[in-house]
Amino acid sequence: MTSGVVFDIKHYAIHDGPGIRTTIFLKGCPLSCWWCHNPEGLGPEPVVIFHAERCIGCGRCLAACPRQLQGLQNPGCRGCGSCAAVCPTEARQLVGRQMTVQEVMTEIRKSQPFYDQSGGGVTVSGGEPLLQAGFLLELLRRCRQEEIHTAVETSGYIGGDALGQVAKFTDLLLYDLKHMDQEQHLYYTGVSNQLIHLNLQMLFVLGVRVQLRMPIIPGVNDSKDNLRQTAEFILSLPGANELEILPYHSAASEKYRKLGLTYSCVDVLPPDSDSMQQIASFLRKYGLSVKVGG
Amino acid sequence: MNERIQRLRTLSMDTHPRISVERAVLVTEFYKENEGKHSTPVLRAMNFQHLCRHQSIYIGDDELIVGERGPAPKAVPTYPELTCHSVEDLEILNSREMANYSITPEEIDIYREQIIPYWRGRSMRDRAFEQIGQEWQQLYSAGLFTEFMEQRAPGHTALDGSIYQKGMLDFKLEIAEARVRLDYLSDPEASAKQEELQAMDVACDAIMEFAARHVDLAEQMAASETYSQRKQELQRIAAVCRHVPAHAPRDFWEALQMYWFVHLGTIMELNGWDSMSPGHLDQHLQPFYEQGLAEGTLTREHAKEMLGCFWVKFNNQPAPPKVGVTAKESGTYNDFTNINLGGLKRDGSDGVSEVSYFILEVLDEMHTLQPQANVQISAKTPDRFLKAAARVIRKGYGYPSVFNADQVIMEQVQMGKTVEDAREGGTSGCVETGCFGKEAYLLTGYLNVPKVMELALNNGVDPLTGELIGLQTGDPEEFTDFEQVYQAFEQQLRYVVETKIAVNNYLEFMYGTYMPAPFLSVVISDCIEKGKDYYNQGPRYNTTYIQCCGIGTVTDSLSALKKHVFEDKSVALDELLAALKDNFTGKEPLRQFLLNRTPCFGNDDEYADSLMQRVYASLLQEIDGHHSTKGKTYHLNMLSTTCHVYFGKMLGATPNGRLAGEPESDGTSPSHGADRHGPTAVVKSLAKMDQAKSGGTLLNQRFLPSVLAGETGIERLTQLIRTYFRLGGHHIQFNVVDTATLRDAQANPANYRDLLVRVAGYSDYFINLDRFHQEEVIARTAQTDSMS
Repeated sequence: MTSGVVFDIKHYAIHDGPGIRTTIFLKGCPLSCWWCHNPEGLGPEPVVIFHAERCIGCGRCLAACPRQLQGLQNPGCRGCGSCAAVCPTEARQLVGRQMTVQEVMTEIRKSQPFYDQSGGGVTVSGGEPLLQAGFLLELLRRCRQEEIHTAVETSGYIGGDALGQVAKFTDLLLYDLKHMDQEQHLYYTGVSNQLIHLNLQMLFVLGVRVQLRMPIIPGVNDSKDNLRQTAEFILSLPGANELEILPYHSAASEKYRKLGLTYSCVDVLPPDSDSMQQIASFLRKYGLSVKVGG
Repeated sequence: MNERIQRLRTLSMDTHPRISVERAVLVTEFYKENEGKHSTPVLRAMNFQHLCRHQSIYIGDDELIVGERGPAPKAVPTYPELTCHSVEDLEILNSREMANYSITPEEIDIYREQIIPYWRGRSMRDRAFEQIGQEWQQLYSAGLFTEFMEQRAPGHTALDGSIYQKGMLDFKLEIAEARVRLDYLSDPEASAKQEELQAMDVACDAIMEFAARHVDLAEQMAASETYSQRKQELQRIAAVCRHVPAHAPRDFWEALQMYWFVHLGTIMELNGWDSMSPGHLDQHLQPFYEQGLAEGTLTREHAKEMLGCFWVKFNNQPAPPKVGVTAKESGTYNDFTNINLGGLKRDGSDGVSEVSYFILEVLDEMHTLQPQANVQISAKTPDRFLKAAARVIRKGYGYPSVFNADQVIMEQVQMGKTVEDAREGGTSGCVETGCFGKEAYLLTGYLNVPKVMELALNNGVDPLTGELIGLQTGDPEEFTDFEQVYQAFEQQLRYVVETKIAVNNYLEFMYGTYMPAPFLSVVISDCIEKGKDYYNQGPRYNTTYIQCCGIGTVTDSLSALKKHVFEDKSVALDELLAALKDNFTGKEPLRQFLLNRTPCFGNDDEYADSLMQRVYASLLQEIDGHHSTKGKTYHLNMLSTTCHVYFGKMLGATPNGRLAGEPESDGTSPSHGADRHGPTAVVKSLAKMDQAKSGGTLLNQRFLPSVLAGETGIERLTQLIRTYFRLGGHHIQFNVVDTATLRDAQANPANYRDLLVRVAGYSDYFINLDRFHQEEVIARTAQTDSMS
């Protein structure tokens, strides 16, 4: 049985595609966006997250560590989860666990009546779900067999024919455009945007249903120049004219601390709704249909 | 809301509740003069008539709907014939901080000198407690159950449409016909029926006299009124009160005034629980509304204004205050009038009309403590109506609550009602299912199910007092498997339930025999035809409910015992029992382990949910079908109102990690903070309870306004509700939380693990956010509130 590393499953997800959905988060991502709000999903392996506010100092974690590590976020940690297994308060949690397709399907089926009622389904997110393409494909195939609507949230940074394969078994792709400038894209996400753009063109040529989205990161990608280029690029795609813009939020900063990671966007302030509306109007001038997400 | 309604609303909101001794004085004077001269039903009817003739009446400025229970708005009468306040009770009510009722020293003197000397030993409560045995007293004092009938008359009554088709003169005719039909030769109860019917007849006269006094007062006021508009209004009030309740109402105004007189009559006669409810108000008013529009005598705005006047009347009637130790505790002014909107009509067609929509608007604009309303959603109910209700829910008032009309009907049919009658039924009080206008469905008290389990874990001893109050079901330390625990629980449950029911039946007999309600009996179907009282098998249907609390707490506790002690053997039984005795002192890691590593109800987890099903089956087994004074009328109800807090105070630490004294789980909701997989999982778990076999379940869900933001939020909420109802849910209500709650969530995050907040492009659990973002969410929430 195919298995993958899943780091979260959220029920009653109401903003990642139509209806009431279950969102499956797959671990590992080739990008490292400064503003990433799921830093626990970046690496492919399970990691230990530490919620200091829940710790009662019972010391069981220290006794359980096979590497006899001390300290809260020790660089020597290999994510074995022995500490999380004995932590009574769940202050230490292992983020990411190997799950079979069958196990994930069991979770997905739990919300079947809600999909039926709302036209919802499953959204696979990450991380970058296509990094676990075999697992993802198997999951999507099973959903299609059971007539469950599927959406996949992807960065589009994936080589080979994996994306084409996944697209065949996915009802909706949620696809981000982060920056049009290659250098800037590389600077802020760690990868070039070339492959992402090529893949997107391919998807539109194939006629795949893609919902385009753009996170608005003030000072990073909200310049008029970049917005104009984004609009022009979208309109150059066959049949594309819609974009959802999503305001940056800094809710994840605490998670970085809990994981012992550094947050790069500390100085960025979330855009207010007025500036989001201004950006939407600006983009609409080019003929785009723009929705402001929340 | 126009200026008139604003003024009336402000007056109602700003007036402080006070106790009026007028009713007590009148009743005492009447009883001194008349007791022993008449049969009990006739005496009660004449007592009611004495009140209707002599109590002060009130018509306030701006009012269009008239009549108060006491001499003025929020002047609350007492009912010494049922339960007589002591001087100390009155002083506590006058001085306590929460739910305070003021009373003057002169009135306390009247109580001391006139009321108490007469009623001590004569009140229903004094007489009942004289007879109740030691076993019951012990369980009652230990907080195993509460007793509904010791302070207030059984009630939870709602009306059907009959009072909009018949006036008191029509009812008098029916009474006369029933008296003619009495068969003194072969019916051994004929004479008793004759007395009851005579009492009903007197009660009809009494309420008409009460209305006539309002006619006189309105005419007097009109005569001296200089402002012409008000003069005309007073003249119209006089005309309306001349017509109703003697005759059936002819228009929208008369329909509201008709209901209000009947409402007042029932709450003047006795202090029945949950006062009285109009039932399907939108369905009852719809023909009058449409007729008014067609004739050009009514506009939508005027109808809303009339309803605003009507709303204020409910808010003017705070709940009658309690006596005894409970007077020290905080109470509520809410007397639980709960209006039903939507639902189905008698013929099975959709009950939603334009009136349903504007009553929702009135509910939203008035947002008073009373009355409250619920929406009855059937498969036939249009989504537009559910969405309109969701938009009010989003405002965060906590109402309207949402019911599954199809399930409410199925519950009634399951209890033996015809489907047509069931459709005319609905829910009243909190979530109680009943057949409006045709049924006495009496709540008899809450049952503390976790406390029953505590007895099983302590061989019948209450660990809080060390007294043996239950059965000796075995030394818990000798239990070697889970089945032994469960069997002990079931034995204790049987003992507690049977002890309660035996006393319930005695109290029901007391009411049926000594405290009949002839006025209420007039308006409840079949009482006249049968010649029997509301409390004595008169109504077409009779149901007796026991309300079971804390199923989440019990399920999770049993789950902890089963899993950790008997299956995984990760916790030793003696260690756990010792920790419970010590309230987990020095055992925080163990407590945290139990809290965090136990499969809990509310997560769509088979392990826990199957235990919930087992407990529910045991409750049904022990309660359903028990005999009352009216036959096999006992049924299970699953609401807790606020009793889960009191019961929690009376309960030691529990195996699910709950500390001693903390609240139990409410209604049929999961334990606080135990549900960690979002609302869909909660709904799935709840749906595993065979709710059709209950008389009501209660599910609280807490949301932040931002989760319900925009049309998407409304749509998803309605889809969540529809799904729950497709799965057989009875009721769901949403607490759209305020800042105070969020502050408390910051201080006590463990209690709020299920609190969803919308962060940005997604929703997350509030306590998982850092302080900064919590503050940010709080700021946003306040904005949403002020905008709404």
